[in-house]
Order: sequence, then C-alpha cells, then structure tokens
Amino acid sequence: MDITGLTAVELGKKIKAKEISAVDAVKASLDQIERVEKDVHSFVTIDWEGALKRAEEVQKRIDDGSLTGPLAGVPAAVKDNICTKDMLTTCSSRILENYKPTFTAEAVRNLEKAGAVIIGKTNMDEFAMGSTTETSYFGVTRNPWNLKHVPGGSSGGSCAAVAAQECPYALGSDTGGSIRQPSAFCGVVGIKPTYGTVSRYGLIAYGSSLDQIGPIAKDVTDCAAILTAIASHDPKDSTSIERKGYDFTSALINDAAGMRIGIPKDYFTEGLDAEVKEKILAAVRVLEERGAAVEEFDLSLVQYAIPAYYVIASAEASSNLSRFDGVKYGYRTEDYEGLHNMYKKTRSEGFGAEVKRRIMLGSFVLSSGYYDAYYLKALRTKALIKQAFDRAFDKYDVIIAPASPTTALKLGHSLSDPMKMYLGDIYTVSANLAGLPGISVPVGTDSKGLPIGMQIIGNCFEEKKIIRAAYTLEQTRTYERPKLVKDLAEMKRKEAENNGKAI
Amino acid sequence: MANKISDETIEYVGILAKLELSGEEKENAKADMEKMLDYIDILNELDTDMAEPMSHVFPIHNVFREDAVSQADGSEDTLANAPLKKDKCFKVPKTIG
Repeated sequence: MDITGLTAVELGKKIKAKEISAVDAVKASLDQIERVEKDVHSFVTIDWEGALKRAEEVQKRIDDGSLTGPLAGVPAAVKDNICTKDMLTTCSSRILENYKPTFTAEAVRNLEKAGAVIIGKTNMDEFAMGSTTETSYFGVTRNPWNLKHVPGGSSGGSCAAVAAQECPYALGSDTGGSIRQPSAFCGVVGIKPTYGTVSRYGLIAYGSSLDQIGPIAKDVTDCAAILTAIASHDPKDSTSIERKGYDFTSALINDAAGMRIGIPKDYFTEGLDAEVKEKILAAVRVLEERGAAVEEFDLSLVQYAIPAYYVIASAEASSNLSRFDGVKYGYRTEDYEGLHNMYKKTRSEGFGAEVKRRIMLGSFVLSSGYYDAYYLKALRTKALIKQAFDRAFDKYDVIIAPASPTTALKLGHSLSDPMKMYLGDIYTVSANLAGLPGISVPVGTDSKGLPIGMQIIGNCFEEKKIIRAAYTLEQTRTYERPKLVKDLAEMKRKEAENNGKAI
Repeated sequence: MANKISDETIEYVGILAKLELSGEEKENAKADMEKMLDYIDILNELDTDMAEPMSHVFPIHNVFREDAVSQADGSEDTLANAPLKKDKCFKVPKTIG
C-alpha cells in the first residue's frame, strides 16, 4: 500500500481500522523524506527518533480507546514559526537558529490532543517575510513539481512537504497570502481562516493583526478536518474569538445549488496570466453547472491593498521583532561594547536582508512626523477595503479570485526585485486586511506543467461556504501529483514487489 | 512624487530599528525605501477622511483572568534560551556607568 499517497483522513481511517499503525504511518513519511528531501528541502528540522516515539505513544492511546478522532495517529509537519516544546523553532532565521521553545503553540496542542504525530518543522521565508521561501537562512525549498521553481511562500516548506508526500498535512501561517499562494504553487489545498479562529498563542508574530494559522493538505476534506481540530477559543490570545461552532466538516457538501458567486472584474484584468485566468474561469463554470449563480462585479480599491498591507505589516513587524535582541533567546553577537552595541550587532548579524528591509520601513512609517501620513493612512484604507468587502458579501456568498497572478516562478527570479515580489500578493492580502477566510484549491496546470490555484474568499466566520464551494469543485476533479512523487511511488511499488512485502 | 530619503533619516531609522547598517546597506536601504514610499504614495489618491483608522477588524477587548496566586516559578523556562544567564537572571552588558 502506498501510505504516503493517502490523504490524512484516509490514513486516519486505516489507522482506526488497524490496517496501518501510527508507527508505520510515521515510518512511511520518514522514508519519503529520506528519498526526496535532498531535492525538495521542505524541512528545517526532522525529528526522526522523537516522531517514532510519539507514534508509539499515540498508538497506545488509540488501542486503549482514548483517541478516536479522524486525525489520530496521522503524521503532520508544522511551519517553523509555530512553537513546539523542546523542538527547534527557528522562523528560518539565524537569530533563532538555536531556539527551543519551552511551550507548545495552542494550535499544535490542539492537534496533539487530536492524536497528531508531529514529525518536524518546515522551511519558510525568514519570519514569514517573502513569497518564495528563498529568504530562509537555511536555504531554499524547491517546488516538487519542478525543482527549478519556487514553492511559493512564506509557507513554502509546508506546501512542498505535502505535495512531495513527505507528510499527509501541515500547518502554515498566512499574513498576506502565505498559505494560499504556496498552496496554489504546489497544487495542494490550504485555508486561511477568519482572523481570530485559530489561536495565535505560540505563533511567532509577524503582523499580529493579520496573522492566522491554517491547514495545508491534499484535499478539502483534510483541510476541514484539520481546521476543526485546531480552531478554538483561547484566552491566552486576546484576539481569539469564541465562535458558535467548530465543526467545519459538516460543510463538505457536494452541491453549489443556490450559491451566489461574485467574480471581481478588477481581479481578472491586466497582469493576470492568461492560462491562470482561463483555468479559473473554467472552474467557475463547473460551479455554475453545479447550481451556483455567478455574477461579475466591481470590488474596487484593489490597487490600494498592497501598499496598505506593506505599511501595516511592516509597522507591526518592526514592533514584534524588537524582542529579538540577544538577551532572552536566540543568537547573540560575539564581540560587543555595551548594551546598545550588543543589540545592534546581534540584530544586524541575525536578521537577513528582507527582514531588515521591512523593519526599516516599519520603523519609518511609525516614526514621529510620518505616522499619520503612512500608518494611519494605511489603517483608514484598510477600513475602506473592509467596507468594499462588506458590500460585496451583501450580494454574494463567496468571491472567487486567483491565488496568484502567475504559476510558480523560477528560483532566483524574485529576490533581485522585492517590489515585483510584493506585487504578486495582489489577490491575497485583502483577505488578511479584512480578516476574511480564504481557501486555495488546485484547478489544473499550465503549459509548463505547473499547478494553478483558485482562491475562494468568504465573509468573516463563513468558512463553511468556501469549504462547500471548494469541495463541490474538487469532486469534479482528481488530485494531481508531481512527477517526482509518481516516479517514486512506482519505484517503491517495484521494490516492494521484489521484496514480496507491502510498504 | 519621488521620495528622497536623506542620510540623516536613514541614520535615525537605523537607531529606531536597532540595526547597524554598513555604508552599502545604508545606500540600499535608502533606495529600497524611496521606491517603496513612491509606491505607497498611491494611497494619497484615496480620500480616507471619512474612514476611522482600523487597527483590528473585530472589536478588541481586554481579556481578564482571575489574579490567582500560584507557586509556579517559571524562571527555569524563562531563562532556558538565554544566551547568557547568572543567578536566575539574564546577563547583559553593563548598562549603567
């Protein structure tokens, strides 16, 4: 049996039915990691021994009946900006290269309560600042669909790990598109929940008013099950919201009858790759055939989302990252004269170029004399953008947009021109500014064979609508795997045939 | 439109950001920031006078808990990752002359 080809929920069922043990499931993931990691490099840390030990413990709790959920015994990976007790959590930065948290993030604790076995920490853009996973201090992650291309970012490691079948699912974080865009680039499904749905306790903050943790998996069913497990009201996060219900799997309904879909005309204009546009509009027609009413409309203010986002995110980052100064944790410079010199040298040596760029911009827009003109202006713009979405959701249940203007770009293409990279976030940042949930689902590949992702955005607290739309679409398609994964599965099958045993 | 960042400004922002930039890094930072601000200036096209600044999408309230006394020390955890420590304290360079 090809264990790594299963979805998380499929694997969970087989573990429950005692067809596969939690230990076998972890072994299958680790075996896949051993084979593909040298090419893909999804992980910063792989906990080879700890994962097997935890799998044994989880299996015992499955056997004694204390763990019964759909994810019990299923391996998972966690983005490296989410704290895991005693397991390195680096944010892919030199400044946290040796940081082992003494506590676990609430989202991960929730997963562990559901019986997840955490196998390691995934690579990312340093402090989640980037859209390509190229700003990691620990080297780039490569797109499993084409190793010459980026996996997207900043949750590029999580998405590549799922696409390369190194783990059935992973957690990511999304501040301006960091779950949805790499999910699109890697041909997997990712959800950014409504702000406040998943606790940010233990998520190392980038832009606190925008950050959300979310699931990344092979299909919508998995994402709904994972979101159900991680979402909770947490008093340790003052922005955590107590929601009426936390079961998102009830929205897995294969029907779009009566659903009103809005297509923002201003998202489908110049700058959007023709093949991406074509595949997304074809997917919209599928939903129309399944009963949805589709209408184009003017969302407005689209061109103001990125500048507002970068002002707000950088401002918050400059404040959030001030805690990294060589005193409490992480890297401290070797030679220094006095306290302030120690701070400055530690930070200058510990942070990479993109992080410094954003800290500088953030410090500037918050500084006296510029605060009103930049920071407050951006917050006012954010209010107007939120109003534009409120108006749209008066008329529509969901809004459909691209996840990115293009498919995955080649490695090295974006780093030379940060502005260009920022502009790639055009379809994703608004959901963060307005606190909205969004999902990215694969809708095929382009002529280069790279995946295309479609984004479905819902109103606040209406994850169920986007899950239902995504699920309905998904039922008309089959999950596509990268060639690297297919070739490997074939090789493993032959190996198993020769050995006369199942893998 | 074109924003110009002076040497003094970049020096000042460096102090705020607690970053020590080399000569070349300063020049790059100036160029990057000018370019970014030129772009951000398109927000000025937008009339935002009627909009209140929105820091959070949902109302933010204070979250209180009971002020319960516990015997938990926690200092071991707190200090576990300190680059330098001494007698249950973070060790830093001399701060007062």
